[in-house]
Amino acid sequence: MNLFLEVSTGAVRGGTSILFAALGETIAERAGVINLGTEGSMLAGALTAYAVTAQTGSPWVGVIAGASAGGLMALVHAIMVVRYRTNQLATGLVVLFLGLGLTSLFGASYVSEIIKPFKTWKVPGLGSIPWVGDIFFNQDPLVYLSYFAAPAVWWLLYRTRAGLLLRSAGEQPDALSAYGYSPSLVQIIAVTVGGMFAGIGGAQLSTAYANAWFENMTQGRGFIAVALVIFAAWDPIKAVFGAYLFGAALALAPALQARGYGLNQFALDVLPYVMTLLALVLFGRKRVDHAPEGLKSVFELAPSS
Amino acid sequence: MRRIRALSLIAALALIGAACGGDDKAADTGSSTPVATNAVPASASGPGTGGKAVGFIFVGPKDDFGYNQAAYQGSQELKKAYPSLEVLTAENVPENDSATQVMEDMIAKGAKIIFATSYGHKDPGLKVAASHPDVVVVSQGNFVEGKMAANFGTYFGTVYEPVYLAGIAAGKATKSNKLGYVYAFPIPQTLANISAFELGAKSVNPEAKTYVVNTSNWCDPAKQAEAANSLISQGVDVLTQHQDCTKTVIATAEAKGAMTVGYHADASALAPKGWLTGSEWKWGPMYTDIVKTIVEGKFTGSKYNANYRVGYKDGENPFIQSKFGPSVNADTQKLVTDAKTKISSATGSPFVGPLKDQDGKELIASGKVPTYDEVEKIFASSFVDGVIGKIPKS
Repeated sequence: MNLFLEVSTGAVRGGTSILFAALGETIAERAGVINLGTEGSMLAGALTAYAVTAQTGSPWVGVIAGASAGGLMALVHAIMVVRYRTNQLATGLVVLFLGLGLTSLFGASYVSEIIKPFKTWKVPGLGSIPWVGDIFFNQDPLVYLSYFAAPAVWWLLYRTRAGLLLRSAGEQPDALSAYGYSPSLVQIIAVTVGGMFAGIGGAQLSTAYANAWFENMTQGRGFIAVALVIFAAWDPIKAVFGAYLFGAALALAPALQARGYGLNQFALDVLPYVMTLLALVLFGRKRVDHAPEGLKSVFELAPSS
Repeated sequence: MRRIRALSLIAALALIGAACGGDDKAADTGSSTPVATNAVPASASGPGTGGKAVGFIFVGPKDDFGYNQAAYQGSQELKKAYPSLEVLTAENVPENDSATQVMEDMIAKGAKIIFATSYGHKDPGLKVAASHPDVVVVSQGNFVEGKMAANFGTYFGTVYEPVYLAGIAAGKATKSNKLGYVYAFPIPQTLANISAFELGAKSVNPEAKTYVVNTSNWCDPAKQAEAANSLISQGVDVLTQHQDCTKTVIATAEAKGAMTVGYHADASALAPKGWLTGSEWKWGPMYTDIVKTIVEGKFTGSKYNANYRVGYKDGENPFIQSKFGPSVNADTQKLVTDAKTKISSATGSPFVGPLKDQDGKELIASGKVPTYDEVEKIFASSFVDGVIGKIPKS
């Protein structure tokens, strides 16, 4: 397989977990809540999906359970920041450590379990198209699910009444109240649904990609997802490209090494993070202007008027 | 539909049962070797004596199908051999100052002997040993340069010996003549392993090459998956690894129809089709002997108060060969057994000279048989000729 094809295939495969988390975070941030606990939701999703798959033998049941666990973690965050008005950034970090601690505790006995994971499934017809078939249509079922999820989130946000309410909660909560809706309720639902997406992302890692559960196996991918949302200007379609860019950076290192190139491995290892940082520096400032009104006070940290 | 679900549930349970069964069997083998329970002599003096507990720190979880699981099993065998000593264990101890803190806590609980079982636990271990002259700290792997403190030592098996033997099985099994090695960091022990694997393969198949990818992490499953996928898409058909957690590489290989050589633990349950053989730890007897030496007050000046390496030549290598998979035929098994006899002899070694590195520079002179100590120095920053891939520069 040539280098471009291999890195592209790896980008989709490895970027999918980040994509799910970024889609979820887009929903939450559009409603005016930033959730740094996304990593915690991913971990909860990864472990729960793995454990339930081990128990039931069905990775699909595992994914549903993983999504629920991710949503539950996010619900904790939502109730704290929406109901009790705690600081969003600090609470997110606490939720992350809660997720890390709980999954380490309950996950220890699942490290040695063996599951029947998702299998790579070549889409009939589409999978035989040169290049495109290899990159996009010879993947695991959760990758295919993400192809529907990204446009679905876009459609939900911009083409439905629910999406309008959700964005209003992030931009003009008072207007929402004036029309008789509860912005708090909308935000809590948005953050929880966002956490469910992150849970599916975690499930993709443990039941389709790495086929294993280990403590802290997300290794910071949840934070990358949060950064991507800003880089993608809160647009679910742009988040797809961001996630694949990060996935490509991850896939590049082993692909080059397997061909015997003597590059600086440690530099390659930081490449994904450097790229994310660069993207933030280049686009970040401008992006904040696109931020939902409700988020601006969070980013600026100083209490706004 | 319901029937299928019930069947898959049963299958899952059976797998879990098999996994647990495997564990039990491993533990049983430990206890069936006649381990006399030892008493702690009351009168001995010296570093490490007079304690009521032994502490073990592990860098990962105790069920990782790998390095930490093996070390944990060893600690449990020690518990059986020394019922009067409490065995304290701590999992997921990072290789930094938190390790120092965990060891201090164990000492506060009465431990006078600490097993620091990960490569990177050496430096925190040295720190603890320096501030507690009455406590013995032994480091599993790694190497102390210069003068050894009276209450410190490093110990390890010669891991590359069974890895060389596994290389023979891999060299016979490969059809593409491309073998893959997923490793974590370019430390001497790993470089020697990879070189031994290539030499084993080359001894039976001159065309065999070993392709390497490193992950810069002892356990990042997603990176392992990507590394395994990259190697397989390069045509590699036998994969092995030097990682702490080994499931992902083996599961990925099995899913893609590639063959597997295990490392650290018997993971044949993960790869019923592709499993060839592997190497695994059996630490119990060595842990017990180290503790015996310490509690009798004989540690300082003993073989363990040094960089102790033990291998096939001494008979008691704690790193043993895993069982063969179904696809390994009798001829290959005989090749492996014969090679084992050969490298166990006085003039045998996987690294008999002349050997060249990747650039054609001489690593080991013609006819020279390096000692166990010398091997880690020779492979400080070199791969043997036949390994494809460069050592990452920092």
